[in-house]
Amino acid sequence: MIARRSFIVLLLAGLAIPLVPLLVWALSGQWRYPALVPQQGSLRGIRLLGAPATDAVQGVLTSTSIGVAVTVLACAIGLPAGRAIGAYRFRGRRVVQFLLLAPVIVPSIAVALGIQVFFVRYGLSDTPAGVVLVQLIPTVPYAATLLAGAFANLDLDYERQARALGAGPVRVFVSVTLPLLRPALTVTALFTFLISWSEYILTLLIGGGEVKTLPLLLFAAIGSSDRTAAAALGLLVIAPPLVLVLAASRLLADRSGAVVGLARL
Amino acid sequence: MAAPPPITLSTASRSTPPPLRTPARAPSRRRLQLPRALRITILLAPAGLVVGVFLVGGVGQALAQSFGYQPFLSDWSWSADAYRALWHDPAVRASIWLTLRVAVLSTALSATFGTMAALAIHRVGRGRRIVTGLFQGNLAVPHLVGALCMSLLLAQSGLLSRLSTAIGLTASPAAFPQLTQDGFGWGIVAEYVWKETPFIGVVALAALSRGVDELDTAARMLGARPWQRARYVLVPLVTPVVAAASALVLAFAVGSYEIPSLLGRPYPATLPVVALQYYRDTDLTLRPQAMAVAVLVAAFSTVLLATYFALTSRLARRPV
Repeated sequence: MIARRSFIVLLLAGLAIPLVPLLVWALSGQWRYPALVPQQGSLRGIRLLGAPATDAVQGVLTSTSIGVAVTVLACAIGLPAGRAIGAYRFRGRRVVQFLLLAPVIVPSIAVALGIQVFFVRYGLSDTPAGVVLVQLIPTVPYAATLLAGAFANLDLDYERQARALGAGPVRVFVSVTLPLLRPALTVTALFTFLISWSEYILTLLIGGGEVKTLPLLLFAAIGSSDRTAAAALGLLVIAPPLVLVLAASRLLADRSGAVVGLARL
Repeated sequence: MAAPPPITLSTASRSTPPPLRTPARAPSRRRLQLPRALRITILLAPAGLVVGVFLVGGVGQALAQSFGYQPFLSDWSWSADAYRALWHDPAVRASIWLTLRVAVLSTALSATFGTMAALAIHRVGRGRRIVTGLFQGNLAVPHLVGALCMSLLLAQSGLLSRLSTAIGLTASPAAFPQLTQDGFGWGIVAEYVWKETPFIGVVALAALSRGVDELDTAARMLGARPWQRARYVLVPLVTPVVAAASALVLAFAVGSYEIPSLLGRPYPATLPVVALQYYRDTDLTLRPQAMAVAVLVAAFSTVLLATYFALTSRLARRPV
């Protein structure tokens, strides 16, 4: 019992401790080695986020708009695919599932290096539209797989009843299917947004450094010598995901962690 | 005859398989219904397009270019020179070793800690909620921020080094062992383990919440000791799930770029970092080699994907 207690305490400490220096650096003005606490606290890092030179405000806007576009498109594409896989039994279904998982497992870098040719050819490289399109590669399979699970648990008799009562296809979808799928759709939207929010390598290679999302700014900041600026930017990057996951924690508890399973943030 | 239920991890928490349904058998007579096969094709088409572009455009292009195809040049010819060059390239040899070492070590540690965490907390009511919440919070932290945290914690001027100076273990930053930008890849391993332990833990907890208490109680009634219950009841239940999740972690650890590029050295670097180094080199003759490295990474992940799929489909057939 004591062993178990201390293991849990150690585990929690291990999870939390790496975030401590991030928080302290973000709020420190001067923190020379070997002091354990900063000589001087300061809000310089936080103020830097609002300064035009750091691009952070622009980065939030870019990341958010790309994330919203990717979420909407990925859910719209993943929903019918999820229906086909979850609600129907057909030959080749397992092959489809296999192919859908491929982009989740095959590393983005292998895809991005090859696919860049097409984006250059069609004038999509270095544009936000190109970045949105390329981010569909990791998000659509994820959305389809998650929604397939939801469709497998959905009782399609409700749709049939609505149809029998005279509802048209649009009405059935809006008043019956969507409400039934809402929890799953919320979780899917949340995680596709988070995948887009954290995506680095696809954005770098297709956006060519022109589309400056927050991860690109953060990567550059980590390479610079200003730790306070990097840590403050790091806080800015993790705040929305933490708030969103916290807000959705009830939904996530229902579906357990398996949902999170395929999301490689 | 009944097809197994969908084999995604996301359905894993369901305790009973859903009844088999065939919507096409209930046609509405008033409206024209598309043939079933056509309907399924139309439903799958948009996602299929994305995956197809990805497969043909991404992997296919990388493969073609690794064998000498040059999309923007007129004179090119097929050859396996890039692969021959890789074979003799000391940077690549060191890289393969480093990549596998880091990936396998991180996966093994995350799987161990994650499983232990799940076993330790699955019966603790309140603690379980807190830990699950923390796990989910950790999962939401982007890997890039994780890399920053690790460098602020583990670098020679980081928090750990300051602590060890404070208690008199080391006297200067240089006396503290190099844990980031090190040759072994400790910093990379630390980041992966920090991020992936909660992932494995959450997945294993999900597996342990499906009717396990009944089995556990039954075993106890039959006189099984705690270690016997763990060994013969709990571990067999979580093993397939943890194995499947580990395949995902391994694939990620092999193919991720930003963590090794921030926490590792430029030489030896992991395969994705080497691929990008070659790709960005001003010497364009290195392009095929960059693509060959990318193909190598993709091939490795595909093997892992097949493993993952085999494991999860076996999992779906389990009656639990």
